[in-house]
Amino acid sequence: MTDASITSNWAQRRADPSWIVRLFDWKPFLVTICLLPAVGLLMTFLTYPLGLGIFLAFTDTTIGRKGIWVGLENFQYLFTDPIFWNAVFFSVFYTGIATVGKFGLGLWLALLLNNHLPFKSLLRAIILLPWIVPTVLSAIAFWWIYDPQFSIISYLLIESGLRTTNVDFINTAWPARWSLIAANIWRGIPFVAISLLAGLQTISPSLYEAAMLDGATPWQRFRYITFPMLLPILAIVMTFSIIFTFTDFQLVYAITRGGPVNSTHLLATLAFQRGIPGGQLGEGAAIAVSMIPFLVFATLFSYFALARRKWQQGESND
Amino acid sequence: MALITRRTALQLGASAAALGASSGFAFAQSNIKTATATAPKLPIEKGATLRMLRPVRFVQPDEDVFRANCAKFAKETGVEVKVDFVGWEDITQQTAVTANTGAGPDVIIGFNEAPHIYTDKLNDLSDVAEYIGTKYGGWLPLAQKYGKKHGTNNWIGLPFGASGGPLVWRKSAVEAAGFKAPPDDHAGFLDLCRKLKAANKPAGFALGNAVGDGNGFANWLIWSHGGFLVDPDNKVAINSKETVEALTYLKGLYETFVPGTIAWGDISNNRAYAANECWLTANGVSMYFALKRDPKLAEIAEDTQHSLLPTGKLDVSPMAGLTLNAMCFKHSKFPNAAKALLAFLLEKEQYDPWLQANLGYWSQPLENYSTSAVWESDPKVALFKNVMKSNFWIGYKGPISQASAAANADYIMVQMCASVASGQATPQAAAAEAERRAKRFFR
Repeated sequence: MTDASITSNWAQRRADPSWIVRLFDWKPFLVTICLLPAVGLLMTFLTYPLGLGIFLAFTDTTIGRKGIWVGLENFQYLFTDPIFWNAVFFSVFYTGIATVGKFGLGLWLALLLNNHLPFKSLLRAIILLPWIVPTVLSAIAFWWIYDPQFSIISYLLIESGLRTTNVDFINTAWPARWSLIAANIWRGIPFVAISLLAGLQTISPSLYEAAMLDGATPWQRFRYITFPMLLPILAIVMTFSIIFTFTDFQLVYAITRGGPVNSTHLLATLAFQRGIPGGQLGEGAAIAVSMIPFLVFATLFSYFALARRKWQQGESND
Repeated sequence: MALITRRTALQLGASAAALGASSGFAFAQSNIKTATATAPKLPIEKGATLRMLRPVRFVQPDEDVFRANCAKFAKETGVEVKVDFVGWEDITQQTAVTANTGAGPDVIIGFNEAPHIYTDKLNDLSDVAEYIGTKYGGWLPLAQKYGKKHGTNNWIGLPFGASGGPLVWRKSAVEAAGFKAPPDDHAGFLDLCRKLKAANKPAGFALGNAVGDGNGFANWLIWSHGGFLVDPDNKVAINSKETVEALTYLKGLYETFVPGTIAWGDISNNRAYAANECWLTANGVSMYFALKRDPKLAEIAEDTQHSLLPTGKLDVSPMAGLTLNAMCFKHSKFPNAAKALLAFLLEKEQYDPWLQANLGYWSQPLENYSTSAVWESDPKVALFKNVMKSNFWIGYKGPISQASAAANADYIMVQMCASVASGQATPQAAAAEAERRAKRFFR
């Protein structure tokens, strides 16, 4: 088409767009309807359950009976309940130790995988396996590994003559706690390792070349290049990892059910135990709600403490 | 899920007849006595259909016979019955939703306390209960406890059977220890367990968070010493000298157990027993059947005996069976049809084949079914026919309620025992802690 033909054809004024076209051209309307599905989904599946959970925490609802508003009574009871405090303690302990373990071993693994190795891709895929396997399956595997009678570890130790009795993994409080932390670390390493590996690969090799020319030792290269460059992603991964670990449910529930004698209850498993099998929905919700401050604190900590620009970009930049 | 229509009912009826042959299960002829009784007048509503919920089967014939019985009802009355089988963990929650929303199934066969929680949402079943009771020699004590509303003669539930967990032991081991059978007194029982331990064939009872086995053992321990969780006025009474005595006894008993029982779940003792690691435990009849069916373990099954747990300070062995308890909701549009169905299923033409199909997993709630052929099928199973002849229930001695069920589900008794066994608490401290926790539920 040429310019001339257009001018000659445009003798008439174009008809006004219909109301529906105008409506859709109107920004506020368009924004609203584009957001509506997402907002609707979030309201239905996130805000409503969360709001309901918080509401239930202030009632004495049980399964089978609508509750009445009791204010802070559930929390007052929980604060005098040693089982609750034990769950708080173990949740923090479990999260703390498991996070340190996961990050220590995960970073080490990421550094190893970042080197040039034969079958690199295959190795990286294998590393992800514990993370890919559904938690319940790995939990059941660990349940067998830790079984008081049929543990494979006990079997091997006894067969090789190193021990004469079965190992006590989950029959007493402290061994049970450490066993669960070990299982959680095993499961969490791949997530940390692969995420940090991705971070490592974004670090420009020229930085290492420059450091090599300056005669930096491997430790100095790690301390002054790798670690600071890795911090932003470390902050994000740590935030996620802490949240996942703190709210863990499946591993503990499948392996010990909070036993022996409630010593390995996490807040999540205790909330479920009280709320669903125990039928005390209000109290269960109160336990779940009491996790929120810890999670907010953990999130803010990793966000503000680890994601500061100063840290990320070296001391000189502010 | 299967919708039973009149047309499929005919086919099902035919297949039910062939059922014995197809599943290798032939129903023996039982001699069930009946007394004359007038059936309540239950004119079935026009166009009635029913929905029913019940827990999933133990064994396949359970489901087959149950469906066939419902199909037979459909054929005889024209009322279509749709039965859904629900996982054991889910039935409590589904009952709660049904009761609270006033919609859903007309009839639910739940567990234990369910009708007592939703009393005001249920139809009275006294007419059916009286008729069936009169006809079949009367309801057994446990059935009366779970069926009647507390302190009244009004039936709100119709128990369909119960499953108990007595002692299961290896004859060879017990005899080698110098006993014919586990003794009935505490001291003798402890002596037996010590000798079994010395022979490296230890006993073991679940002390972990095991709903069935854990609670079963803990309840026996406390009850047989004369203790109980709540008194008849629903006051918490666990912190008593009987409880402390029971827990002190447990300290000695626990030393004889195979290591690891504090971590045991419901399945652990079955596995340990099948692996010759545990020689005396308490369990439902399921374990014996599992051993009997497996050719590699048949030898253990051959050597296995059942007997009641020691009576201790009581005259009878205290055991509270897990009870199937049917209820009929007020929101049902066809209450007569629902009641007629329940009565129909409890009549001997339907109930006895079902009892036999269950091989002894469920034990009858009515006296006259004790002559069912199922109890002669295997002498080792005969013991289970008296499961409902028990005066002990979950939450003994209080009224059956949400609180007693919750205290059971929250393992208050089990954890009290486990904390003493593991040495975490003194018997006094453990009893006080159990009292504190129980008071939260019974407030």
